[in-house]
Amino acid sequence: MRELTYWQAISEATMQCMADDPSVLVLGEGVDDHKGTFGTTKAAYERYGAARVVDVPNSENACAGIAIGAAANGLRPLVVHTRADFMFLALDVMVNLAAKWRYMYGDQGGVPVVTRGVVGRGWGQGATHSQSPHATFAHYAGLYVATPASPADAKGLLVTALRGDTPVVLIENRNLYPLTGPVPEEPEPVPFGVGRIARAGDDVTVVAASLMVHEAERAAEQLAARGISVEVVDVRSIRPLDERIICESVARTGRLVVADTSWARYGLAAEVAAVVAENVPETLRAPVRRVALPDSPAPVSWPLEEAFHPGADAVVEACLALVGDDRGSLPRLSSVAAEFHGPY
Amino acid sequence: MTTTPVGVAPAPDTVDPAGPDAALIRDMVRIRCVEEELCDRYRDDQEMRTPTHFSIGQEATAVGVCAATGPDDLVFTGHRSHAPYLAKGGDLRAMVAELYGREAGCARGRGGSIHLIDRAAGFAGSAAILGEMIPVGVGAGWSAALRGRSSVALTFFGDGATEEGVFHESINFAQVHRVPVVFVCENNLYSISSPLRQRQPAGSTITDRVAAYGLWARSVDGNDVYAVRAAARAAVARCREGAGPAFLELHTYRWREHVGPGWDHDHGYRAKEEIDDWIARCPIRRATDAIRDAEPRVDDWVRQWEQRYREEARAAVRFARAAAWPSVANLLDGAYETVGR
Ligand SMILES: Cc1ncc(C[n+]2csc(CCOP(=O)(O)OP(=O)(O)O)c2C)c(N)n1
Repeated sequence: MRELTYWQAISEATMQCMADDPSVLVLGEGVDDHKGTFGTTKAAYERYGAARVVDVPNSENACAGIAIGAAANGLRPLVVHTRADFMFLALDVMVNLAAKWRYMYGDQGGVPVVTRGVVGRGWGQGATHSQSPHATFAHYAGLYVATPASPADAKGLLVTALRGDTPVVLIENRNLYPLTGPVPEEPEPVPFGVGRIARAGDDVTVVAASLMVHEAERAAEQLAARGISVEVVDVRSIRPLDERIICESVARTGRLVVADTSWARYGLAAEVAAVVAENVPETLRAPVRRVALPDSPAPVSWPLEEAFHPGADAVVEACLALVGDDRGSLPRLSSVAAEFHGPY
Repeated sequence: MTTTPVGVAPAPDTVDPAGPDAALIRDMVRIRCVEEELCDRYRDDQEMRTPTHFSIGQEATAVGVCAATGPDDLVFTGHRSHAPYLAKGGDLRAMVAELYGREAGCARGRGGSIHLIDRAAGFAGSAAILGEMIPVGVGAGWSAALRGRSSVALTFFGDGATEEGVFHESINFAQVHRVPVVFVCENNLYSISSPLRQRQPAGSTITDRVAAYGLWARSVDGNDVYAVRAAARAAVARCREGAGPAFLELHTYRWREHVGPGWDHDHGYRAKEEIDDWIARCPIRRATDAIRDAEPRVDDWVRQWEQRYREEARAAVRFARAAAWPSVANLLDGAYETVGR
């Protein structure tokens, strides 16, 4: 299969959905500029112009509400935020209206608004420009939330979102944009709520989302040389969450690490641990480990930032602890994002 | 090296070498020199790992406004923070150390360029989520009034931030409660690469809209530092008298790219001629031209200031690079108060 980068896959899904369905339109600050939202909206703007790829005022709250109104009246808005942190300004209507619309009006139809938010570290993006708020949105019944890790899933989940009738939040880690992978040429949907075994293994299960899937795969590679066999489960969507793939894997390995780019408390890592505790507690041979952010806002200073964001090495440490091994001569792995070079 | 703290309305006898009008030029030159030095270092060394929004070309807004403030007045800003920080008297070395992520930084390396603070100077904080420091400025001014103080709060933001709902909500509240706050809008015509005309309706201005709430609102040439100072003095005086909030729309222009040290004529969103046009309206040059008849030595002063402040900027960079990094052991410090400290 031909390969695309993650950003190209998103761009292609957008283009194909816009071609198939004239009601799809893209809204976002700067979606029409030369950078085109990390390249993802550029081709769509060049093809469809300002009528369907709309640069909007800096009004996240209003624009989210406007997207809901447009969706209630026949359009399929794809709202884009260059930092997911800006979605907090839209939280009210996304949570109090979009998530609840179908239910509180007696199931007479939904508001299919799709919102893409970019997350992840760059250089000193700091406290308010590098948060991963997927769990915040997943907390509320009525929204679907996905965290695609591969180019194929970035495309397929966006296609599903733009064809469905449920409001969706897609969280994209900016460090994934340059990664390549095989992507189907056709707009093939990837369903929500179906995880994927990114790498099979027997000794430890690492459940991960988004960028952490890649970090977990790199950790698994290193641990394989040590004779430790790690299974990596990519949840793909965090709501709905594929509980079965998680529980089946843990039932086989007896050990669970959950790796996330957000905080452990009340987050994806907590939810996955709860799912295992509720369903297959007797299969656990060791306590669950969560690889997540330390309990502080993100610092800017380089050494603090390096210590703050977990990567492959933190996954290695957690797996070693679970099997009762120590690091020995294993070299430290840097994280995928550490290769990012400025200036922003 | 002794420099009068800028923005703290220096007493005439401490102004070197002459008068408050020349001091405004001096303060603009200082900010320009610092920012140009930081741009070069940022680009060439890649050691300042923090997204940085420079104010080169916009110095008259910060300097003119802060010259109308006193030491007890508080300034808040958005992401374009360096110029107001320095104009209010913020510590240069602490700012540069912050950009270098050092413990000696004004936010101990935790916040970066967009989270500057110097409480002693009355620079009360900058933050980069658009519009969020607008209500904070209102709250600070309201607090002063409720506690019977005569200090005023000022909050800087761009034209883009006026599109956020919170801008209008804040204006409304401030007017209803007669809050002593000056809203300072630096209208530089762009929000990243989106031109104003694509984001706001033609046929009315930001000032018109604010005036509709009943505020005292003025639209001013933001590259004329003397006009800015005059308008800011009037605004601050009204606030101090309890006459309610004031709004300033200062028309200016950013020379460099939105974020980062580069030029951006090749990004396709604005013409080189437009940038050149605004460079010809350089606020430092305009102020110098304006006072040359009265102060024939002004060009010599500017040359001396340029030398002095380039050296001061380089010294600040040396200080920052030699300063200690924060200790990873203290990563969590400050997330919550330390009980018993
Ligand atoms: C709520 C929010 N939305 C979007 C952004 C991204 N952003 C950062 S600066 C900026 C442009 C703001 O323009 P303006 O307010 O005019 O200030 P300027 O950069 O021109 O000084 C934008 C859109 C943000 N930081 N916060």
